[in-house]
Amino acid sequence: MTMELSDAQLVGRCRNGDAAAWNELVERFSRYVYAIAVRAYRLAEHDAEDVFQDVFARAYERLGSLRDDAAIRPWLAQLTRNACVDRLRSAAREQPEEEPSAEETDAMLERLDEALDVHDALDGLSTDCREILDRFFARDESYRTIGEALDLPAGTIASRISRCLGKLRENLEGRKPDPDPSGGL
Amino acid sequence: MSATSGYDEERLGELLSALPPAPAGWVRAAQELPAARLGLDEIVERARVDSEFRVRLVADLETALAGAGYEPTDELIEAVRACLPELDQ
Repeated sequence: MTMELSDAQLVGRCRNGDAAAWNELVERFSRYVYAIAVRAYRLAEHDAEDVFQDVFARAYERLGSLRDDAAIRPWLAQLTRNACVDRLRSAAREQPEEEPSAEETDAMLERLDEALDVHDALDGLSTDCREILDRFFARDESYRTIGEALDLPAGTIASRISRCLGKLRENLEGRKPDPDPSGGL
Repeated sequence: MSATSGYDEERLGELLSALPPAPAGWVRAAQELPAARLGLDEIVERARVDSEFRVRLVADLETALAGAGYEPTDELIEAVRACLPELDQ
């Protein structure tokens, strides 16, 4: 898929049985569903995995019932919340444990929504910038690991991160970045 | 977009850190759902119209699936049992 499809276009294609679109939909929302399970509801990995598969299985089965294709994100968030709550309640029957409060999960979900907006804005950056920012912040890789993976001197990674964050901020604030003959770094 | 101002480097870093990648195996399994469902649909349909295949499934589900060219994963076996409860009778 060469051109970035909107969420609504992607859902439409999935509904028509386009396997590549389904792959893209899972890729696009996998971090979001995962973060809701492990960060907002603090599920253990094995429970989070069950929730993750359950959410995408339900999404696949029920895509036809989604009334507004553009609302796939809040719909997936709700499916994930429901699956997490079911999982926590089922676990609590065996070993009572305190559930995160609704206020806590609401605040975290708001933050994850904003995080997904920022993550989506990475698409407007060069491949190198996307890779560097994702490796450093989301994958928690060291300067050395990033330098080795991207064949860049480790001593330049910090300044590259700073420049890429500047470009990301410009994208988010809707300003056109200056032309960059270096290809983004 | 929830907010378009106030994105200093620290805040952007925090937001980028909030979405680590899901384990690759989980993502792959979710992406393979349509193909897995297609395989399941085929098995269920064949079991309904092909009595010999159905007899083999009842006798030994795992071997019958493998013999018919399907990888008899635990998930597939469980899904076939769920769709064809008569196999357990």
